[in-house]
Amino acid sequence: MEVNNQELEKNFITTTVDKFLNIARSNSIWPLSCGLACCSMEMMAAAAARFDLSRFGYEVFRASPRQSDLLIVAGTLTWKMAGPLKRLYDQMPEPKYVIAMGSCANSGGPFADSYSVVPGVSEILPVDVYIPGCPPRPESLIQGMLELKKKIQNPELGRKTSDE
Amino acid sequence: MPKAQTYILNMGPQHPSTHGVLQVVLELDGEKIIKAVPQMGYLHRGIEKLAESRTYPQFIPYTDRLDYVSAMGNNLGYCQTVEKLMQIEVPERAQYLRVIMAELNRIASHLLFMSSLAIDLGATTAMIYGFRDREDILDLFDMVSGARLTYNYIRIGGVMADVPADFVPALQKFIDKFPAMMAEYENILMGNEILQARLKNIAVLSGEQALALGLTGPLLRASGVDYDIRKIEPYGIYDRFDFSVPLGKTGDNFDRYAVRMQEMTESVRIIQQAMEQLPAGEVMAKVPRMIKPPAGDVYHRIENSRGELGYYIVSDGTPKPYRVHVRRPSFINLQMLDKVCRGLMIADAVAVLAVLDPLMGEVDC
Amino acid sequence: MNDQWLDGERLQPLQLKFPEQLEIAADGAQAAVVIAPPALPALMEELRYGADWQFSMLSNLTAVDYKTYFMVVYHLYSPALRQGIVVKCRCEGENPIVPSVTHWWPAEFQEREVYDLLGVFFTGHGDLRRILMPDDYSGHPLRKDFQAPARAEKR
Repeated sequence: MEVNNQELEKNFITTTVDKFLNIARSNSIWPLSCGLACCSMEMMAAAAARFDLSRFGYEVFRASPRQSDLLIVAGTLTWKMAGPLKRLYDQMPEPKYVIAMGSCANSGGPFADSYSVVPGVSEILPVDVYIPGCPPRPESLIQGMLELKKKIQNPELGRKTSDE
Repeated sequence: MPKAQTYILNMGPQHPSTHGVLQVVLELDGEKIIKAVPQMGYLHRGIEKLAESRTYPQFIPYTDRLDYVSAMGNNLGYCQTVEKLMQIEVPERAQYLRVIMAELNRIASHLLFMSSLAIDLGATTAMIYGFRDREDILDLFDMVSGARLTYNYIRIGGVMADVPADFVPALQKFIDKFPAMMAEYENILMGNEILQARLKNIAVLSGEQALALGLTGPLLRASGVDYDIRKIEPYGIYDRFDFSVPLGKTGDNFDRYAVRMQEMTESVRIIQQAMEQLPAGEVMAKVPRMIKPPAGDVYHRIENSRGELGYYIVSDGTPKPYRVHVRRPSFINLQMLDKVCRGLMIADAVAVLAVLDPLMGEVDC
Repeated sequence: MNDQWLDGERLQPLQLKFPEQLEIAADGAQAAVVIAPPALPALMEELRYGADWQFSMLSNLTAVDYKTYFMVVYHLYSPALRQGIVVKCRCEGENPIVPSVTHWWPAEFQEREVYDLLGVFFTGHGDLRRILMPDDYSGHPLRKDFQAPARAEKR
């Protein structure tokens, strides 16, 4: 029986296993609930009914780092908290991602010149997506997560950063 | 022969139930708590030191980020302290707008308290309802100040700008649906058997004990002590409003929760009166372009959602303060954690933390 | 709205009770009573339990570094008599030592904070250790001569 290529393409999706896994991962990211400061309020609002992260598949906030694949650093990181945060990141299984939410996580924000604040979470962790704002609206957080989704599905989009 | 001994369990700083980065080191005998020592400082950002290198108006956004859930109240306390130092008279319209914003923020803060309490005890629906209703208030704040969480709206000498034309109708709409909203919460939470079993008669503190621990705010009033700075030492124009101060009878966790729910109703009463009396006029006093208070120091306190919020400012006559100290209610209220948790189970400690309602931005400053 | 915080005139009875040790600083937005550390316990006992004072609540406890001396500031309030008072304890030098007031008011956390950030030592506190900075931190950040470590050294 002759099989027409065009018929085949209409009824089957061909892809590599990697690509397929990436599509699966990006549609069901499990964030770790790790809100540090004010941005965590907007993160909670994004997970609540009005902005609804679950329409994208991201509402499953896990308490344990062993069960999550995304660390959203929402809030100011201090040197005292840097140790525990690194330990949390180390406990997460691969592949794992980090979103820096808000200006404090991006660069220290309004507290950048303080004696106790880490000027940006990228000092201790490799960051995948930076979300500006103080605090960013929940819509911004959702856009940031969609950028992460794009990045997961197309790994060549992200620059390679060295793992510290 | 095996010997039982106590063990140390670390709760936090990352934990879904600790309201931010609070670490509680629990010494446990099985599931019973022997000692609960809070370790703070994971969010200590050095705001008081930063104040010394910012001008007075530049510090207002930092006050937003202390108790970030009742930012209007923080702005208000700071601005009133500077106005006290500089002897500035705030125009009438601005005074009324300040009261409306502060009380709206109190309601938003208590809604967040209710949502966190609900989710800590496992009542996810109530959390979503609380957040849904809080969004209405955040929309109002967005309308007046452009921001949802950290407003920088109340300024030295008045407020940032007058409210837009659709603010008052939108506020009226919120007030009109408030009773139905509270009735819904009564249904899901207040009368809920499980919530009552988890909160009633747990962690009872008498009035004297509460005072001896340095508590202020709803925690103190839950133990029956009638202490509300809006009544005792009224600031701004609070002496013009008729409202009552809800008090608790038993001083248990349930009272700490119920007092805040009743406070929301009282806040709506204040807002209604303020809306009726709202005059036309200026919203900002004549303040010098560069704010340079005379040398000296002053202390001023207000009743914020979590308790007595005080600002102590030392000025040396330059545009930047010499020293700013913030008397944070959540920081001092945490003194009660150890005393109250002894003898309780771990799950009760979670409930105690939820009704204590500490805000780590405020605890750590 | 009358000011509940005691002004120079209403503080006079204290001056009569503690003629040598106490000074009234009445110029400025809020009047204060200034005293040296040794006389602090006696003054606090009087303010806490004296019939004319009854300051049963400690509203605020903090300190200021004035470079040559430290000033520990107490804001006390009496709900019964609706009055407030500002007490300042002046300690010369760089190593201020002040008696703790935890005997009269619940000042545990506030004194720990002042110790942590400013280096004021409170005798009789019972549990004086750092509360906000890490336990092994050296230095007192809110002091005027505090040098924050450069970025590279903080790791």
